[in-house]
Amino acid sequence: MQITITVNGKPHTHEVEPRTSLALFLRETLDLTGTHIGCDTSSCGACTVHLDGAAVKSCTLLAVQADGLKVTTIEGMANGNEMHPIQAAFKEHHGLQCGFCTPGMVMTAANILKENPAPSEDEIRHGLEGNFCRCTGYHNIVKSIQHAAGTLNA
Amino acid sequence: MIPAKFDYKKVSSISEALELLAKHGDDAKLLAGGHSLIPAMKLRLNQPEILIDISQIAGMNTIKMDGDEIVIGANCTHHQILTSDVVKQNAKMLTEVAKMIGDIQVRNRGTIGGSLAHSDPSADWPASVLAADAKIEVEGKSGERTIAATDFFQGIFTTALEDDEIITAIRFPKIADGNYQKFFQSASRFAIAGVAVIKFGGKVRVGVTGVSDTPYRASAVEAAYDGTSSAAALAVDGVEVMSDHFAGEEYRSHLAKVLVKKALES
Repeated sequence: MQITITVNGKPHTHEVEPRTSLALFLRETLDLTGTHIGCDTSSCGACTVHLDGAAVKSCTLLAVQADGLKVTTIEGMANGNEMHPIQAAFKEHHGLQCGFCTPGMVMTAANILKENPAPSEDEIRHGLEGNFCRCTGYHNIVKSIQHAAGTLNA
Repeated sequence: MIPAKFDYKKVSSISEALELLAKHGDDAKLLAGGHSLIPAMKLRLNQPEILIDISQIAGMNTIKMDGDEIVIGANCTHHQILTSDVVKQNAKMLTEVAKMIGDIQVRNRGTIGGSLAHSDPSADWPASVLAADAKIEVEGKSGERTIAATDFFQGIFTTALEDDEIITAIRFPKIADGNYQKFFQSASRFAIAGVAVIKFGGKVRVGVTGVSDTPYRASAVEAAYDGTSSAAALAVDGVEVMSDHFAGEEYRSHLAKVLVKKALES
């Protein structure tokens, strides 16, 4: 069926099978491969994007469910060549090792900071419950988000 | 993983959904947040021929007071419940329960109606729905009816909901003194054991999830409650306790007793 999803500010109209996940639609139809697919069963959070501003796991959402809605992916976070403050903080504070979980971490971090602009370390760790880092680099991920909060509030 | 093929129809009213349900019967599944159904379909545990997307039906995603009762629309997400002032002011316990469900992303999509209809034996809401003696409002081809929480849960993934019925809302009483204690499965964040206790006039109601294949009221605990937590020893009385690779029967029983004790003491 035909759907129109506004991705990173630009409407995209495509014919999709109802069984296509939003994650696959983003990666294979729109070529936006920054959204990663890890567990594919809504545990790991690598596929996290924003749907109408809220963090969701795009592997557990059908593209047809997002018809008419707005999606932001990791590709939509930067402003041209200028990284989003959360991305800049991950770079500055070594918030990534292999990088596979990073897009999801950044998207979830944005949701955490939107609802709680000055989270405690504990609140950040709880906020990341749905995002797994198999390099176990959580320490610097948390540090990155703490610094991003500082930048965004400055 | 990609589910088997299916048709998809987004409906804008309950009557439209009921018509499609009547037409397709067992071949149809209702889709709300999809956070239980879609993974099950990807694993091919479920292969419906048509998904009826009820998430956009107007009026099914509101939270409001009706007299002394809190009416939570079936399509309300866990996040909506977590952030609702109406819930916070009248049943703060439910705010705390919502906070313990899944993670941010899951709470942004998963719905209370979907959770109850799916009736996963380790889901969080059933414990509180039972302890609160909440009412589940449903609508079917033959009209509307209300199902008492104690009648609703009938077995693993099995409820009193008929094939042609939809949950429209959940009706909770105000909760002044209640709490939910949970032992998390650390990857999925489902409850290996979850206990909701509500105290009123020297009595308690106790709802338990995750422990048996059907969530239950711990009636032995309720009957023996004497104001202390000693009745917690009866947490699994008369109950067949589940055993799986996360927790064996003995350990799960122990968890249930510890959590009932904690909840009675809170």
